[in-house]
Amino acid sequence: MVNYTRQLDRTFAALVDPTRRAILARLGREGEATVSELAQPFAIKLPAVMKHLDVLSGANLITRSKQGRTVTVRLSPEPMRAAMEWLRHYERFWQAGLDRLAAYAESREAEAKRGGG
Amino acid sequence: MSSLTLVRRIRARPSIVFDALITAEGIACWWGPDAGPVLLAECDPRVGGRFRVRFRTLDGSEHESSGAYLEVARPERLAMSWRWAGSEDPGESLVEIDLRPIAEGTELTLTHSRLHDEETRRGHEQGWSGALDKLMRQFLVSAEEERHDRS
Repeated sequence: MVNYTRQLDRTFAALVDPTRRAILARLGREGEATVSELAQPFAIKLPAVMKHLDVLSGANLITRSKQGRTVTVRLSPEPMRAAMEWLRHYERFWQAGLDRLAAYAESREAEAKRGGG
Repeated sequence: MSSLTLVRRIRARPSIVFDALITAEGIACWWGPDAGPVLLAECDPRVGGRFRVRFRTLDGSEHESSGAYLEVARPERLAMSWRWAGSEDPGESLVEIDLRPIAEGTELTLTHSRLHDEETRRGHEQGWSGALDKLMRQFLVSAEEERHDRS
């Protein structure tokens, strides 16, 4: 559980930055891209892009493979899935809780009406 | 998407819904993710007062959530801090519940936010959650397509 929480921390911390989110979004669409392709849309230098990739890689959100001089970056979906699964726990908690809350309040409302309230 | 918002229409007046949220008797009837029992419900519904709810889920595991009431405006609005006990603790989050009277009874809007650690909270203040939302949705779509491609 502690490791799980630590991985989630890393995932969410990595996702805070808009450039890193844009990189992930693109990888999500295209599956993979080279470092220079990833750098192209941004008004930042290659070393800055490399730093972002280091953060994403440290959070296990991407993998990099080198062939000759070309580095290909791929999305590594598992941490994102884990983050979504974690959010779904909360969703389940409240979806089900609010269903029962509604049923309980509605029965109280019916009682109040019967009681002339 | 470090926050979650749910809206429910309930056929009961706001004051009845509100009391279901802040009385031990009410809480015992609904708190938790499945039909498992609430084992303990304590609440002191005034600003600065605390709540503590322990429940067992159908898989047999027990969980405890607790926090402080930050706003108690019957029957319109309730805000409380939230944390899980023990090893599940990912820090303190925020639950806000707004009740609006409608013709059929009450429209309840629940927002559970600040769901993850300091970094996220800072980012949250910068309004990143909407953008992250989109990313997550996109991710889901791409994961879905990936599955279709494989099958």
